[in-house]
Amino acid sequence: MAISILHRVTGDGLAIVGALGLVWWLVAAATGPEYYDYFLSCATSPFGYFVMIGLTWAFFQHLFSGLRHFVMDMGAGYELNTNKMWSLLLPLLAIVVTAAIWLCIFAEKI
Amino acid sequence: MGNGTSIGRVRGLGSAKSGAHHWILQRFTAVGNMLLVLWLIFALLQMPGLDYESVTRWLSQPLVAVPMALMLVSIFWHLKLGLQVLIEDYIHDDGLKFFVIMLLNFYAVGGAAFGLFAIAKIAFTGGIAA
Repeated sequence: MAISILHRVTGDGLAIVGALGLVWWLVAAATGPEYYDYFLSCATSPFGYFVMIGLTWAFFQHLFSGLRHFVMDMGAGYELNTNKMWSLLLPLLAIVVTAAIWLCIFAEKI
Repeated sequence: MGNGTSIGRVRGLGSAKSGAHHWILQRFTAVGNMLLVLWLIFALLQMPGLDYESVTRWLSQPLVAVPMALMLVSIFWHLKLGLQVLIEDYIHDDGLKFFVIMLLNFYAVGGAAFGLFAIAKIAFTGGIAA
């Protein structure tokens, strides 16, 4: 239940904030250096980092619960314990991957 | 569709006549998104800098511009299918549903067009300047 709601919420976030952010980045790069620098100053503001970290988490959460959908589409993984284990494990995994990626990014900056 | 056998009546036809098509496209674009967004994340992590010069030079390479364009198509297609299901689940007024799904189509096609144009512009002009 919770994982299904998470799948929808992260999907909506990626569809609106993520897709618009991606297009904004590309359009900024196509517009010119001044506007691109303005984009960079927004993206690297504290709120910008908050959004990008949130999107990273949303992407991996949505990816993992999406992969779970693929397994369940094949008719596997419906046993109560198996199902419960994956629905608890995947959100943890998404947090771990997100943390790993952003630790890499911040470690390089220092 | 034949009406002789039950499978002939059912094949490819649900209550909406095209549900299986929507479902399978959602899966195809999901796999596309997985491969292409993971590629983008790892590519960005390996870039020395994300300043204007590095990014436009990077985007002007064919092996970057094409996957990027494919990624935009896959992403906007997938989000159109996904948000459509969400709208159908929560909006029950037919007129409002029609209007919101129309807006969703504008968003999906418009967003993809903006992104594709930006990539094309960088790919066709950025490489020379850089």
